[in-house]
Amino acid sequence: MTSEPDGSHPRSSNDRASPDSALVVDHLTKRFGERVAYEDVSFEVGYGEVFGFLGPNGAGKTTTVRTLGTLIAPTSGSAIVAGIPLSAESGPAIRARISIMPESPGLYNRLTVAENLECFAGLYELRDVRNRIDRVLKAVNLADRANDLCGSLSKGLRQRVALARALLSDPEVMFLDEPTSGLDPVATRDVHDLLISLRERGVTIFLTTHRLEEAERLCHRVAILNTTLRLIGRPDDLREQLFSRSLEVRTRSQLDEPSRVFNGLANVEGWEQSASGSYVLNVTDPDAAAPGVARALVGANADILSIAPSQHSLEDVYLELVDEDVEVKQR
Amino acid sequence: MSFSWARVGAIVRKELRDYRRNRFVVLTMSFLPLIFIVAPVIQLFTIKVAIASTKFDDRIGLALLYMLILPAIIPSVLSAYSVVGEREQGTLEPVLTTPIHSEEFLVGKALAALLPTLAVAYVIFGIFLGAIAAFAHPAVASAIFERNHLLVQLLFTPLVAGWSIWAGIAISTRMSDVRAAQQLAVLASLPPVAIVALMNFNVITASLGLALGLAGALLLIDGMAWRFVAAMFDRERLVTGTRS
Repeated sequence: MTSEPDGSHPRSSNDRASPDSALVVDHLTKRFGERVAYEDVSFEVGYGEVFGFLGPNGAGKTTTVRTLGTLIAPTSGSAIVAGIPLSAESGPAIRARISIMPESPGLYNRLTVAENLECFAGLYELRDVRNRIDRVLKAVNLADRANDLCGSLSKGLRQRVALARALLSDPEVMFLDEPTSGLDPVATRDVHDLLISLRERGVTIFLTTHRLEEAERLCHRVAILNTTLRLIGRPDDLREQLFSRSLEVRTRSQLDEPSRVFNGLANVEGWEQSASGSYVLNVTDPDAAAPGVARALVGANADILSIAPSQHSLEDVYLELVDEDVEVKQR
Repeated sequence: MSFSWARVGAIVRKELRDYRRNRFVVLTMSFLPLIFIVAPVIQLFTIKVAIASTKFDDRIGLALLYMLILPAIIPSVLSAYSVVGEREQGTLEPVLTTPIHSEEFLVGKALAALLPTLAVAYVIFGIFLGAIAAFAHPAVASAIFERNHLLVQLLFTPLVAGWSIWAGIAISTRMSDVRAAQQLAVLASLPPVAIVALMNFNVITASLGLALGLAGALLLIDGMAWRFVAAMFDRERLVTGTRS
């Protein structure tokens, strides 16, 4: 159910209900018959926050977005989206305050970019449509392509049009489902730049992705979902939470008796040799442990190349959790 | 949030733009009516006025029937595409994420199919009447311009189209393949044409009262069909392919 160190539900202390929350999700579950799409998911997202929703394929990310976007009904649990409790009746009111960019842009290919946006402006009953369209097209750097047929655009440009469409109604919460899926690196960078500019403008974004570098780069906080919510927090916190603090020691040649060097040192709880030949020391505090480690290495006549805190990426956190799930399933 | 004609209008405008740029729709709208005007005109120009009156009535009825098949067939193809086609193209989900109500979406789709159908059907009927008035035997013209026949055509064109549209949309909300939906929708569009055919062939004696009664019944069915199709419109199933 959870991988929180204390065994509690994955909801951190700064996730308490607040009137500033754009999303409050409480024990939400969705089943399709016997199949569980996601289960017992709880989290909150504040206004102005970019929240990453990570997970492998089939983890329930898109289904969660569709539930919060009132396209499908939850089996149990509750949620408040943009200040409105999720219910069968509140669908249109919620959808008026949010926007969803699905994984596939879903543009009308025989209509121009401007005509696509005009259609959606009508569906949101927006006023001053021309100016809005101009503004969002400028925001996604497509002002000069307004009269191009969407069918003639590259995948990256279509994705940008979809992003413009999501911005059109000035939503309180934007749900972006895998916005860079299938894009080449240049198009991906363009979308990332757009999302960074939205983040700087304080737009609330709920971003589902399985691209970890994307989440690490763009998101204030991330949650990792694998049918159940496994972890939630800031990327830095997750790294600290999941991995013990460690120092990586690199020497020119291997130590003759590493256990004699490292065992018993202050602040060092254990050590192991990595595949690359370096020594990874589990420490209580890297800054406090480093001087003693350096002195011990000098005393052992080791040629020190570096002593530095080990770096773990969000990918390490993610893989650790997903591998853990695979092991549990195999048992 | 109440029913919004602005959202209906957005769907209608989008659909009409899409039709205009869709070669398949343009060809269907252009060539199908030609078939439905050439055949009855040839039939009425070659009719022998001296034949028995029942045969004469049958030929007149058949010619007029062609005029009513058009408003049944054209919208059935368009409406059968309306939901399942958008689903196949991946454009349905973005629309459903907007504040649009199911009823608004469906009315927009229905109007977008109805407007061009009425335009084409009435224009073709006008051309047909013009050709008959100018070139057909006076007895044939007199039979065609009989008040009841004109009333049946004018009144039943939108009603028959309405039936076809709602049957097509209902099928479209439940099918996962466009071609299958279109084939089924064409079949489903035929029952009201059959009733009108019985009137045109004088199997049922066409009277003003009967025509109005049948028109009222079709109007009621069209109105109820809107609610029925709206109830069938299951966003969850359309988006996920799984029943809610």
